[in-house]
Amino acid sequence: MLKFQKNGLVKMYLNNLLGAADPIVDWELFQSSLWPMIQGGIQYTIPLTLISFTIGIIIALLTALARLSNSKILAGIARVYVSAIRGTPLLVQLSIIFFGLASIGLVIDPFPSAVIAFSLNVGAYASEIIRASILSVPKGQWEAGHAIGMTHKQALTRIILPQATRVSIPPLSNSFISLVKDTSLASTILVTELFRKSQEIAARTYEFMQLYITAAILYWIVCFTLSVIQGRIEKRLDRYVAK
Amino acid sequence: MLVSVQNLHKSFGDLDVLKGIDLSIEKGSVVAVIGPSGSGKTTMLRCLNALEMPNKGTIQFEQDLRISFDKMPSKKEILQLRRKSGMVFQSYNLFPHKTAIQNVMEGPIVVQKKEKAVVQKLAENLLKKVGLEEKMHLYPHQLSGGQQQRVGIARALAIEPELMLFDEPTSALDPEIVGEVLTVIRDLANEGWTMAIVTHELKFAEEVADHIVFIDGGYIVEQGPPAEILKNPKEPRTKQFLNRLLNPS
Repeated sequence: MLKFQKNGLVKMYLNNLLGAADPIVDWELFQSSLWPMIQGGIQYTIPLTLISFTIGIIIALLTALARLSNSKILAGIARVYVSAIRGTPLLVQLSIIFFGLASIGLVIDPFPSAVIAFSLNVGAYASEIIRASILSVPKGQWEAGHAIGMTHKQALTRIILPQATRVSIPPLSNSFISLVKDTSLASTILVTELFRKSQEIAARTYEFMQLYITAAILYWIVCFTLSVIQGRIEKRLDRYVAK
Repeated sequence: MLVSVQNLHKSFGDLDVLKGIDLSIEKGSVVAVIGPSGSGKTTMLRCLNALEMPNKGTIQFEQDLRISFDKMPSKKEILQLRRKSGMVFQSYNLFPHKTAIQNVMEGPIVVQKKEKAVVQKLAENLLKKVGLEEKMHLYPHQLSGGQQQRVGIARALAIEPELMLFDEPTSALDPEIVGEVLTVIRDLANEGWTMAIVTHELKFAEEVADHIVFIDGGYIVEQGPPAEILKNPKEPRTKQFLNRLLNPS
């Protein structure tokens, strides 16, 4: 019974898609909804991603260095931070920063709240990537730097980090692409980014399927573009590696 | 005396690798360090520029630097010590993200803060000296092992060290390539560089070294001129080691 109904619905759907009387794709709505959604992307999704990722990478580098340092206190703080962020849902973190803090009198606007939450999140995850890539550089590279008289800092910045960067590009790109999609969670704290825009229009028109599919395709286009850029960067950095 | 080492000790955890090394290196002399694997010869060499931190003892460079390792030396002292010597590694350890000439220029520019144009000239001359003037813009992975090791030598020379340290510089090389690296080292000896070389190439040691040091079990068992140590060793352990090397199987 259920199966039959479903088949019937799908058949109807396909018929409509192919241009029957009541088409499933409402082109007029498509045209009128596309621009607001793209606007949400340009105004919020992209800046939110870029700003959070930049701050996140700085936090991640400092956290990785703290974890690799000889100081037990610094390493301990870094470990707790990473554990707390990785051990709790991003949605909960967002809610604590926006709703939670507001309820105890510390009101932060939606956009900066989202930047704080996403930066902290990227910082924790990327710190593990950066730590692993620093450790992946052979010990002999440190020694070669020290043997020509470099300080620890000089060896780190001139010799180790450039090599670690190459190793970390694929996993960091992964984090970046995840972040693009995760910013849709900011819709829950009133940031009118791409997905929130589609929700608002869908609430008005009841065309959930069409609007959410459009949103999905827009995210996909952005992420696909980013993977292409990732490939280019990897190729560039691979020039000194034996093939 | 360029370098004097006194009562140097080094242990890794419970394992005592160096149990009191006394060694003098005269200015302009070539010291070859030989000994069975695990004897501590590489560790001793690496202690000379504090890549391994000795637990006890002193290292002195002429009158201008004397470091005691009885307590942890300061970072500044360690840097001073390292900047006195250049090191050539068994596995080259070139910087893979830099071309041959950039490898050579790195020390003078970053550590000694010399002017780029001057360093460029210096690096070109050094690469010419080791016979690689045509390869200077290639990355390490584009070079053969022997070529990489020669870049490694040029990189160590570039900081104008008072002492050159070689840690088994030909052990990772194919036999037919060993010669090109040894030739470069021989040239340096003739130019009067002070060098300490850990090596298994007894013939080469005999030809190039002024002084041979035989290490076993964390001690210097015997040392002296090549003719004495290699042809007429006094200690039974030295005899045994040479026998095994000269008559394998």
